[in-house]
Amino acid sequence: MTGTYLGMPAFPRAAHDAVRNPVLRGNLRHATHTIRAKRARAVGELSDWAALREAGRRIKDHTLRHLDRYLEQLEESVTAAGGTVHWAVDADEANRIVARLVRETGESEVVKVKSMATQEIGLNEALAAEGIRAYETDLAELIVQLGEDRPSHILVPAIHRNRGEIRDIFRSEMGAWGRPAPEDLTDRPADLAEAARLHLREKFLRAKVGISGANFMVAETGTLVVVESEGNGRMCLTLPETLISVVGIEKVVPTWRDLEVFLQTLPRSSTAERMNPYTSMWTGTTDGDGPRAFHLVLLDNGRTDTLADRVGRQALRCIRCSACLNVCPVYERAGGHAYGSVYPGPIGAILSPQLRGTASEIDASLPYASSLCGACYEVCPVAIDIPEVLVHLRERVVQGGPAVRQGNKVVLRPARGHAAERAAMRAARWAFSRPGALRAGQRLASRTRRLHPRTLPGPGRAWSDTRDLPAVPAEPFRDWWQRTRGGKDGVR
Amino acid sequence: MSSRERILGRVRRALADVTPDDRPYAEAVPREYLREHGERSVAQTVELLAENLADYRAVVHRADAAELPLLITRLLAERGSREVLVPAGLPPQWLAAAGPVRVHDRAADTAQRLDRVGSVVTGCAVAIAETGTIVLDGSPDQGRRRISLVPDHHICVVRVPDQVVSSVPQALERLDPARPSTWISGPSATSDIELDRVEGVHGPRTLEVILLG
Repeated sequence: MTGTYLGMPAFPRAAHDAVRNPVLRGNLRHATHTIRAKRARAVGELSDWAALREAGRRIKDHTLRHLDRYLEQLEESVTAAGGTVHWAVDADEANRIVARLVRETGESEVVKVKSMATQEIGLNEALAAEGIRAYETDLAELIVQLGEDRPSHILVPAIHRNRGEIRDIFRSEMGAWGRPAPEDLTDRPADLAEAARLHLREKFLRAKVGISGANFMVAETGTLVVVESEGNGRMCLTLPETLISVVGIEKVVPTWRDLEVFLQTLPRSSTAERMNPYTSMWTGTTDGDGPRAFHLVLLDNGRTDTLADRVGRQALRCIRCSACLNVCPVYERAGGHAYGSVYPGPIGAILSPQLRGTASEIDASLPYASSLCGACYEVCPVAIDIPEVLVHLRERVVQGGPAVRQGNKVVLRPARGHAAERAAMRAARWAFSRPGALRAGQRLASRTRRLHPRTLPGPGRAWSDTRDLPAVPAEPFRDWWQRTRGGKDGVR
Repeated sequence: MSSRERILGRVRRALADVTPDDRPYAEAVPREYLREHGERSVAQTVELLAENLADYRAVVHRADAAELPLLITRLLAERGSREVLVPAGLPPQWLAAAGPVRVHDRAADTAQRLDRVGSVVTGCAVAIAETGTIVLDGSPDQGRRRISLVPDHHICVVRVPDQVVSSVPQALERLDPARPSTWISGPSATSDIELDRVEGVHGPRTLEVILLG
């Protein structure tokens, strides 16, 4: 994905540092606990939540299994409505397309609506290299951009910052980007929001090019949907003359009616609201209202590779609500940065290793960034079985096997560092397929039980530092069964 | 090979294991969720809309056709706006008594010009009771999308009960996908500071909804 994330340390090392940062842990605990209770209330208002969740899952699955057809239909509808559709195989191609489109307008600055896809491809950095300045306009993205920081949450990229830190960033950095923050800026959230309003307004009013992503694209009508809160989205989508939307190919839904499901499940899952303050829908261009030129860049960048994986493809159902982050005990303690990707949390742990492959240290470690407690699956509004995909990806990391990378079938080699695990599993397979050897081994283990150590020696020690080794019974189960016929004779 | 062909080719190869499902879409996706939540009379639906609008900090007023011009006049005067933006198709009698100078919604005006206007008055396309949402679709009484965005004070008139539906599915049925639409649920807000909702960022910080009927 972006250069920013290259060379990230593996999750355990990054998390190790994060859990020792008491401010970060405090900020995350406060924010995630606030939203958890509210989400539960918002979801509880809808008696048919389970049916909405199931319909959302089915719509996404159906779309994915006919993705080629719906993408072609979408292209046709958007083109008929006055838009232009571009296709980008990877991040580089998407960045080149966007940079060219901006250059063709003659402008050297753009305003941006928060978008995961443009973060994923590192669009801002690519535009900067072309001499184009991209202004983030979402409050949290602004905090991240001004603080030269990295996002740590899908919905609230600056969740790791508390109000005092935000005030300090605004005071020291806003001046370099435009209108400075007021001298006497306090840390009241309303004052911070006001400072952002004043700082960004001049940029909105003069902007000629807007860049966005989209939450949904309707194949049947060519309609794009952006769900937001602040109004910065509306500004970027309606005031500029040119609008460029970069959207992952998995964001398509077949029909207008499908929105009735997601516009109920997304706001309640993400910000725990009945409805988010603003939702914009547009179909191509409209005479005399909004941008005169509309470009849609359809992005692959690893999505078709993910689609090729029978178990892992369900990750493409994700609607980026971030409910799974907010309930995750691992995310709450480790924070978003440890995941080394724009997609943190449970969904990131299954999405990043599929979009980017498991070759790097960080990506190979992500499937392990979970206790498999299953809370993420419970809250997911499109029922992605995240634990199932995590286990599947762990298997792929340890054992290797067939996969698709950049459209090509490859056979992945087992990752280094799992040799002991593989050896143990091979030994287990050998023993379980030889009843005589298994019986002999079990009897030997029972008879020597007094001699067993309480902790493992060598590399296994770290594991047994925090866990008890299972006690070996005095008699193997199978011997007991033989002797007692399952308790029918003899012992009761 | 173009990137388009390459991506579509990758999609097809990725789906090689999937058995074809040629059922019509309506059959492939069962929809067992509700069309609306709970049973309410028309009056109760309007009441729920008012409650949910207020819950997200919109200011709710009620008026009949005779009271409306005076109410709008009072709201504009209390706000102290010297100018008010007016969509081309707004019923003229709504602003018959209003003091501020009318600024008409014209394509030629710059965003900077709109930024100097204090208030805007619009109608709406539909309002959703369960979520406290008003939807604008650019019809003549609502104007271009930007006029309900740039001024800091938005007065929106909802004709009750005709324009009120219970639920999101019912609202989508009434809307034309070809028209650009803006769904508004309360004044502009953010949850970006410590995941708590704070009103007032870039959109109108004051949203007043008049239930006309």
